[in-house]
Amino acid sequence: MLEINNLTVEVGGRRVLKGVDLHVEAGHTNVLFGPNGAGKSVLLMTLMGFSGYKVIEGEIIFKGEDITNLSVSQRAQMGMGIMSQRPPNLNGVKLHDLLDVIAEDLKETEELAESVGMMNFFERDINVGFSGGEIKRSELLQLSAQNPDFLLLDEPESGVDLASIELLGTTINKLLKKDCKCPGERCKHGKSALVITHTGQVLDYLETDRAYILCNGTVMCSGNPREMLTEIKEQGYEECIKCKLMEI
Amino acid sequence: MQTDGDMRKKVKDALKKSAIYGEDFNLEEYGVATSDVQSAEDLKELNEEDQRTLLNVGFTPGEDNRSGSLIMVDNAITHTSLRDKEVVELMSLKDALKAHSWLKDYAWKLVKPDADKYTAMSYLQESDGYFIRAPAGKKSKMPVQTCLLIGSKQVSQTVHNIVIVEEGAELDVITGCSTKHGIEKGLHLGISEMYVKKGATLNFTMIHNWAEQIGVRPRTVVHVEEGGTYISNYVTLKPVKSIQSYPTVILEGKGAFARLNTIAVAHPGSELDLGSRVIFEAEGTSAELISRTITTGGVSIARGEMIGNANGAKGHLECHGLVLGGGTQRAIPILEANVEDIELSHEAAVGRIAREQIEYLMARGLSEEDAVGMIVRGFLDVGIQGIPDELRADIDETIAKIGENAI
Repeated sequence: MLEINNLTVEVGGRRVLKGVDLHVEAGHTNVLFGPNGAGKSVLLMTLMGFSGYKVIEGEIIFKGEDITNLSVSQRAQMGMGIMSQRPPNLNGVKLHDLLDVIAEDLKETEELAESVGMMNFFERDINVGFSGGEIKRSELLQLSAQNPDFLLLDEPESGVDLASIELLGTTINKLLKKDCKCPGERCKHGKSALVITHTGQVLDYLETDRAYILCNGTVMCSGNPREMLTEIKEQGYEECIKCKLMEI
Repeated sequence: MQTDGDMRKKVKDALKKSAIYGEDFNLEEYGVATSDVQSAEDLKELNEEDQRTLLNVGFTPGEDNRSGSLIMVDNAITHTSLRDKEVVELMSLKDALKAHSWLKDYAWKLVKPDADKYTAMSYLQESDGYFIRAPAGKKSKMPVQTCLLIGSKQVSQTVHNIVIVEEGAELDVITGCSTKHGIEKGLHLGISEMYVKKGATLNFTMIHNWAEQIGVRPRTVVHVEEGGTYISNYVTLKPVKSIQSYPTVILEGKGAFARLNTIAVAHPGSELDLGSRVIFEAEGTSAELISRTITTGGVSIARGEMIGNANGAKGHLECHGLVLGGGTQRAIPILEANVEDIELSHEAAVGRIAREQIEYLMARGLSEEDAVGMIVRGFLDVGIQGIPDELRADIDETIAKIGENAI
């Protein structure tokens, strides 16, 4: 589904990602761990194609096509979608204005809005005056209306209370499974995702396949998400860096 | 109208007096618009083109959902109709001055005839226009619609309007200004004096749809008494040569409120000098001035002014201007406090649409044009009520074009 090869990215003249290699197979949900400032959000923003994230080297292959130079719209139209951490305020643009345009099935979107308590936000300007939790729910609602094949989720649980994490986690899980009824069929029918998480809390609600650790703009290692999370909780990221240095 | 000899002389002298702002038009280049225009009884019989002209400024020729209609072509009132005489009074100002001897006390009381050459010209022409009055306590469910059309080439149309909303009454007015098809050059001079009495509400929406060589010089003053509300929506989205206006609202009575929304697009070759001024003269008065302008190559000047002369007054002024593909945006907010207990504030911002906003919508699958269109539509949306579907469609089309051209 997604293949990132030797990706080097500059933001504001500073090299943030250095030779990143990462894969997400069809139907898989992969996790991105890493300390603050490692470049995790930069990677997601680069994948979506936002300006200001300059690819210096390497390539992004999505659904077999090199999308490194495609516009944000083209990537979205190919089936990529993002849940941003700090989306901009859109003064005057009502949430329903956008949902009306992007929703494949408006009724389904309204049902979801009901279940995540967002019906009262349809007439509100997007993100204007939203609390942290409301932004998450609004992002998720938009993403669900858009119904992409590949989801970029930037810290879906950050700044959200415990009850809301459960609601967000189960909703994301439903979205990822979509039409997939049987666990064995997930690769064939489910959606793919790349999830950034600091706390790992959201992993309690998702089936994840592989985790990558990003430090200083480089992938340090990859492996089983649960195992890695336990390791990070016990040892911190410094151990990863030491380990990588020893490898070299 | 009876005019006093001395006054007339003073006003004649004012014919040479240029306005403080805006391009100085030479009145002698324009003939006086005719007062002899054929009346139109049944608007449905107008040809399609004329009907379209009316619709594009919010005037419905079918007169559905309107409590009354008045059309002025050049300097003649060509159509007046009224659904319910109990709820609202509507006629030409000349007829009204004949019908009500008291009305002379309202004419030329808020706007000074010798303010500049344009007011002087309108005064000396003894201009006609509309007279709308909502009797005390009456609340019309449907708005009154009026349309001021320039129908001849190279003329100056002079208009004098008076609107009175009596105590406790509520009135909605939608007024459109336009030119007949094929008219390119002309001048529109419009005097409007509006009186909102105790506890009354006036909702006034004005939609402009001029042509590329038309000069527009409206002169408007609104007087609001205790507990009264004045809401104005001023919309001009189409090309025009020059509009310069600076309507003034005087909040004279305790607790009076005004909101003035200005929505404008300055196309290449257009100069829009649009101000609004509120003077707080009584305790507890409040006002909001909101200006949302776009330039696609023209000049847009947004002047907002609040003068606080009374304790407990509150005002907020917002000037936001987008530059889409060249042009000039100038925001000039003025706040003046002449007493201690007063809160006046402003926010002004001019520039392009943030790239981040456009890409946020693009990430949801919208094309860049559609993303810009959606943001522009949101930017210009201040929630104006009562706009007919045809006009809304026309506005959407204009916005879509702005979106396309902005890329």
